[in-house]
Amino acid sequence: MMYILSALGLAALAVLPMVFGDYGTGMLVGLAGYVTLATSWAMFSGPTRYISLATVAFFGVGAYTVAVLNEVLPYPLVLLAAAGIGATMALLVGLSTLRLAGIYFVIFTFGLAELVRQLITWFEVNVTGTLGRYIFLDLEAKHIYWQLLALGAATLALSAWIRRSRLGLALRVIGDDETVAAHSGINLARTKLVLFVASSTIITLVGAIQAPRWVYVEPSIVFNPTVSFLTVIMALLGGATRLWGPLCGAVPLFLLFEWLSARFPDHFSILLGLMFMAVVYALPDGVLAALERFRHRGKEGNGTSAPKPAKEANA
Amino acid sequence: MSVLLETQGLTKRFGGLTAVNGVSLTVKRGEVLGLLGPNGSGKTTLMNLISGALKSSEGALLIAGKDMTGAPPHRIAKSGVARTFQLVKILPSLTLEENVMVPAAFGPDRLWGRALKTQVAECLDMVGLHARAGQQASELTYIDQKRLELARALASAPKLLLLDEWLAGLNPTELHEGIRLIRELEQTGITIIMVEHIMDAVRALCPRCAVMNSGTLIADGATNEVLSDPHVVAAYLGEEDA
Repeated sequence: MMYILSALGLAALAVLPMVFGDYGTGMLVGLAGYVTLATSWAMFSGPTRYISLATVAFFGVGAYTVAVLNEVLPYPLVLLAAAGIGATMALLVGLSTLRLAGIYFVIFTFGLAELVRQLITWFEVNVTGTLGRYIFLDLEAKHIYWQLLALGAATLALSAWIRRSRLGLALRVIGDDETVAAHSGINLARTKLVLFVASSTIITLVGAIQAPRWVYVEPSIVFNPTVSFLTVIMALLGGATRLWGPLCGAVPLFLLFEWLSARFPDHFSILLGLMFMAVVYALPDGVLAALERFRHRGKEGNGTSAPKPAKEANA
Repeated sequence: MSVLLETQGLTKRFGGLTAVNGVSLTVKRGEVLGLLGPNGSGKTTLMNLISGALKSSEGALLIAGKDMTGAPPHRIAKSGVARTFQLVKILPSLTLEENVMVPAAFGPDRLWGRALKTQVAECLDMVGLHARAGQQASELTYIDQKRLELARALASAPKLLLLDEWLAGLNPTELHEGIRLIRELEQTGITIIMVEHIMDAVRALCPRCAVMNSGTLIADGATNEVLSDPHVVAAYLGEEDA
């Protein structure tokens, strides 16, 4: 039943480009992109509570891989190469940083995006001699949307599977208390690393798939830190520890930001900052948790336990 | 009886302070050892060295004949060592059932599915928390948190159980209950090292005691003899009164 419903839902989402036309499809690409980014970000950062601002580092690397390789390799191989590069980078970054605690990890990941951007800029200027690159791929917006839709569905499926697996339990324990986790036999470093690599690889793929939308690519375009911040705030708004939380945060916020950036292009950063603070202070566990508490309060006294998060999100 | 735990000259220095100084201790399978000593004598540090929370500066640690010197805590847990913490550590966002599930799922036996469920139910039953399995761990009172912690330590079916002042902070009724629980455990043949300040509990539960003072082992033997040893009395009460 679940599978049939999911398949139907996915099919319905897949025909949307036929309904909405070009402008609408462009929006759908952004929407599907951010839903996937937020969901894969939450896959690692939700349970472990390691706030990563490295999203755009991987996203940008994905986009740049496509820019460099799109005329050399067939498209599927380009995507594969992007995934490989993203995974390798995540492995190296993970090995060197996952021992960092809390705020140091946040700062490192923020710095990482800038570091990668500067490295690529330096390389392009000094070695290849071209800062900008063109992407000529025969892909329309709807093709990109379909790829992102498939990737997003796969990400949600992977998240759902992890939650039920031993790995998911390990992550929740790590989020609660690392000492207890280690003394229970959980290999902290390996568990975090596996998730960080999985999450970062998906983020890299989002960047790679979206890259043809730009046509012209240079580091300052694809390594825009706003992508990292938007991803974090979307996942936190919906609830980063829930399966459907990031999606529930990404959809309304993406639409809101589209509207805001069209209406108030000059004040966009200020509004983004204010939203960030509002989410962190008012809804630290996300809207889904807040809704649940609200409903729970209504029912208090009859001893019913809170409904499971996934069900809640479906309602 | 075969030897389960052996420390050879285990030493831990924090900068200039030597918290544990050349401790050599042998614990046989099925033994219940009380680890005593005044505050700051290095008992908890020794427990941390055995459970892998801290790496020793010198010396060797052997568990069931295997060299575990410098092994990370998850490897030591997998070799069959479980512990409770001096300051209770529960997993607040998980249910009681999930709390207990963790070491069973990641410990030596790596249980999952039906076997995991049975093991969790048994452990919760043992400490009397079975009826509340679905409750959030953060909602528990202090004594129930201690109970949960014990159930969680038992869930991995450990060969060696380290109890770090597990009986501390309980009222007389709870203490009575706690002693009964540990005695039940002893019947199962598990090996226990317990750091404890409550002498009645030590006398009731531990046939053998080791006493530490300023990081060194000053006595090790049958509980009655150790507790009347002049060095031990001196360590607790000071030389003049000895």
